[in-house]
Amino acid sequence: MLGLKKADLRLFLIVVGLVVFAPFLLNPFPESVGMAQFNAGYPDLMQKLVIFGIFAVGYNILFGLTGYLSFGHAAFLGVGSYSGVWMMKLLTMNVIPALIVSVIAAGLFSLLIGYVSLRRTGIYFSILTLAFAQMCYSLAYSVLTPITGGETGLTLSLSDPRILGAAQAADGNIPAAHIFGLGMGESAELVLGDWSFTFNVGYYLSGIVMLVAFYLAIRLFRSPFGLMLRAIKSNQTRMSYTGLNPRPYALAAFVISGMYAGLAGGLMVAMDPLAGAERMLWTASGEVVLMTILGGAGTLIGPILGAGVIVYLESIISTINSSVLHGWFNALPDWLENTLVNIMYPFVGSGWHLTLGLVFMLVVIFLPGGIVEGGKRIAGVFKRNRAEPSGDIKKSAEPGE
Amino acid sequence: MEAIILQILNGLDKGSAYALIALGLTLIFGTLGVVNFAHGALFMMGAFVAVTLKRVLSISFDTIDETRIDFLGNPMVVSTPYVEVWFGPSVGGTIIDWAVPLAVIVAIPIMALIGIIMERGLIRHFYKRPHADQILVTFGLAIVLQEIIKAFYGANPIPTPSPEAFIGSYDFGVLLGFDPFSIMYPYWRLVYFGFAAVIIGAVFAFLRFTTFGMVVRAGMEDREMVGLLGIDIDRRFVIMFAIAAVVAGLAGVMYAPILSPNYHMGMDFLVLSFVVVVVGGMGSLPGAVAAGFLLGVLQSFASMSEIIELVPGINQVVIYLVAVIVLLIRPRGLLGRKGVMED
Amino acid sequence: MGILEVKGLNKRFGGLQALGDVNLEVQESTCHAIIGPNGAGKSTLLNCLVGKLMPDSGTVMFQGKDVLGCKPHEINQMGISRVFQTPEIFADQTVLENVLIPCFAGRDGSFRMRAFESIGSEVDIISQAEEMLREVGMHKKTDMLAGSLSRGDKRRLEMAMSLVQQPKLLLLDEPTAGMSRADTNNTIGLLKEIRTSRNITMAIIEHDMHVVFSLADVITVLAQGKILVEDIPENIKGHPKVREAYLGDAEV
Repeated sequence: MLGLKKADLRLFLIVVGLVVFAPFLLNPFPESVGMAQFNAGYPDLMQKLVIFGIFAVGYNILFGLTGYLSFGHAAFLGVGSYSGVWMMKLLTMNVIPALIVSVIAAGLFSLLIGYVSLRRTGIYFSILTLAFAQMCYSLAYSVLTPITGGETGLTLSLSDPRILGAAQAADGNIPAAHIFGLGMGESAELVLGDWSFTFNVGYYLSGIVMLVAFYLAIRLFRSPFGLMLRAIKSNQTRMSYTGLNPRPYALAAFVISGMYAGLAGGLMVAMDPLAGAERMLWTASGEVVLMTILGGAGTLIGPILGAGVIVYLESIISTINSSVLHGWFNALPDWLENTLVNIMYPFVGSGWHLTLGLVFMLVVIFLPGGIVEGGKRIAGVFKRNRAEPSGDIKKSAEPGE
Repeated sequence: MEAIILQILNGLDKGSAYALIALGLTLIFGTLGVVNFAHGALFMMGAFVAVTLKRVLSISFDTIDETRIDFLGNPMVVSTPYVEVWFGPSVGGTIIDWAVPLAVIVAIPIMALIGIIMERGLIRHFYKRPHADQILVTFGLAIVLQEIIKAFYGANPIPTPSPEAFIGSYDFGVLLGFDPFSIMYPYWRLVYFGFAAVIIGAVFAFLRFTTFGMVVRAGMEDREMVGLLGIDIDRRFVIMFAIAAVVAGLAGVMYAPILSPNYHMGMDFLVLSFVVVVVGGMGSLPGAVAAGFLLGVLQSFASMSEIIELVPGINQVVIYLVAVIVLLIRPRGLLGRKGVMED
Repeated sequence: MGILEVKGLNKRFGGLQALGDVNLEVQESTCHAIIGPNGAGKSTLLNCLVGKLMPDSGTVMFQGKDVLGCKPHEINQMGISRVFQTPEIFADQTVLENVLIPCFAGRDGSFRMRAFESIGSEVDIISQAEEMLREVGMHKKTDMLAGSLSRGDKRRLEMAMSLVQQPKLLLLDEPTAGMSRADTNNTIGLLKEIRTSRNITMAIIEHDMHVVFSLADVITVLAQGKILVEDIPENIKGHPKVREAYLGDAEV
């Protein structure tokens, strides 16, 4: 079905299920319980989860398959965001044209940067992409202010010359982004006893877009093209002596992943029509690298898992403050409570980045294959215990994934 | 003419910092083969050694001076640093005033220790891993280090002035026969340039004239051969890493009066220093130094208002632009050697 | 006219004349060996043929087409396939995938984006690859990671990757370097088999005289960048110039 192999189809359907039922799955705790702060079933966060999922899935096509470590992908996300806002300013608040233009703009832009950067490999490539991204960031902040809004960022205003659609909504406000009349911010609530679940239009639009993006990525992974990209990572010399030209393959992967980034940027502004230069900062690029690696670079599901974990942890951990911590350890003796709070405090709230950095290091040091490899190892331990209690016969073949 | 000289001078202090950081990066890369993204953090930590020393020296106790009255009409609280009590007001005052230069002495063991811990605890395990892994793990370390500093010192820049004796500017205009006040250059920047020159000279002399340095240089040329000679390269790696850490740290200490230390200054300088290393040629020490000064001066030229009028925004991007052009025309960098990081 | 014609090839590295006026003609369906002591310029010559090095002067014509200045992948697409001294394979891919890659290269050219077709549905290509693997005796290892193969199997795999492209000319760069006697004999057997079954033109660079005399129809002796003699194996064996070149080499 859908042109996928059985295992891939199962994986895809699981992701479909997760996306569809996320409003339930992410809200496991009733409102009144203290654990409710771990709920993630609110629209903002769910949108962010799937949007970064798209970003990471796209990045994985470049880094996971070809091994080219780009530090510039945030620039493409930024370009996507800016073009999305401009479409809303100039054309219509319908998000479809904005998304299309975001993807195209980011694609063209990544073609340009990729063409130059891919003349080099290895660390030189990384530094070239880094240099380009920093250049874009600096320019967006300074000279390009008329296009990018500079420090304040690019926002909609009441005087936008929107060709298809009004400059002002009926209530005198800036009109809201919508898809054929259905507002991105509109939600349906379902209250079941102590639980309340939110079904948001913007989230489901992003979710559908992500599923399409993920589906295309699976197809790409299983295609001859995907095999060539893997060959680049494996042995570029061999590749050229096999009659294949690695550069256009790498460039195609670069542009595709740039388009994914643009799509993510377009969706971000579709959810919240605001684009700022800080989205292009190289630490933002670092974040998507981390998501991909944390989940498992080169695997299908890895980037989605990684993006999910990082976005979730970020939003949850950064809201924890000392009173929340005290609340947790209330039952403990005072001295123990205070010690635990003091130990944990630097890692939560505004200390989120410290946690992020530590996670980053731990993953690279101990689990270079990411969550997916971790899962495999655990599964392997169980399997061995069951099937081969006595021997440590190593299975030499580990086909594909 | 005056304007040109002024821009060259202005570029020197930033160029010095780039050169010092790039020197350490190149040393680490050349000897250990590791791409260290946490090197900027070492520079930043050096600057915070200066901040910390200034704070430690200024630790005071409060006394109430009944003879004076503050603006609320209460007896005035006077805080006296312990240093002034121990050494007398004038010597103590001087010590506090000279906190930044003194921090150089303190920073050497501290930075060396940090370097050794970093190498033994983390970097060592990454010698045989792919460059991508090295980049990523040191990138993570850089985030951790800067967040730790942020947790202790807050997010705002902390002004850390130079000793009073170096406040003010030197009039190069008179010296060079131009109008007075046409070329004013702050004393501390001169000091910084001189300091950087001394350190660079010391590192080069160390590599050239000691047996240790000769082994290290041989190792940069051909690691395998040095390994075959049965030389314990491991111990030398630690020392090289410590030296690189000290160089970056000292660059940071002395930079504190020029740029008020903040937690993200390491990252800001790191990106630029990497560009410097690449432009200079990965693995080439003279290349790193030359490119550091070159790009520093270029950047300051690009910041001239006449140039900005001509090409808006050029001051923001000139370094990156140069890097892109150099990499495309001379893939190995200006003074790069064949065979370094070709793949 | 030979399938490969090299005329007046010169290449200097600084002060060293690596190749001096090298003329060479490889006839179709023969096995042409190029031998010579260390530093004779054999590898330089080979690298000029496959597009890795650019000679200072001279021409290299393959089937009447100029090869010089072409990229390695373009030269491969013309029908010249190279086997490396140490087997170059795609270590992270399975054995089958390793052979699929040249199959796709043969059908789709040096670049084609087939991003939405599934590899699984390329039945023809897969059976072509499997057949090739059977021919070199690797069909039981198709799902193994290529990187985990033994050295001998890697050599077989690399040979399969070259042969599946049905090259018009196979360049072998010391295919038995560093191999045990048994492995060497295996490789000779494999190459002989290929010659009889496929009739492929081969140019082989080799150090090991045993290999050369078992395979070659024509031998060119290279010394210090120049061609010393070119003749059939029987005449090369006792040739005084060849002996001199090798003995001279041995004394150094």
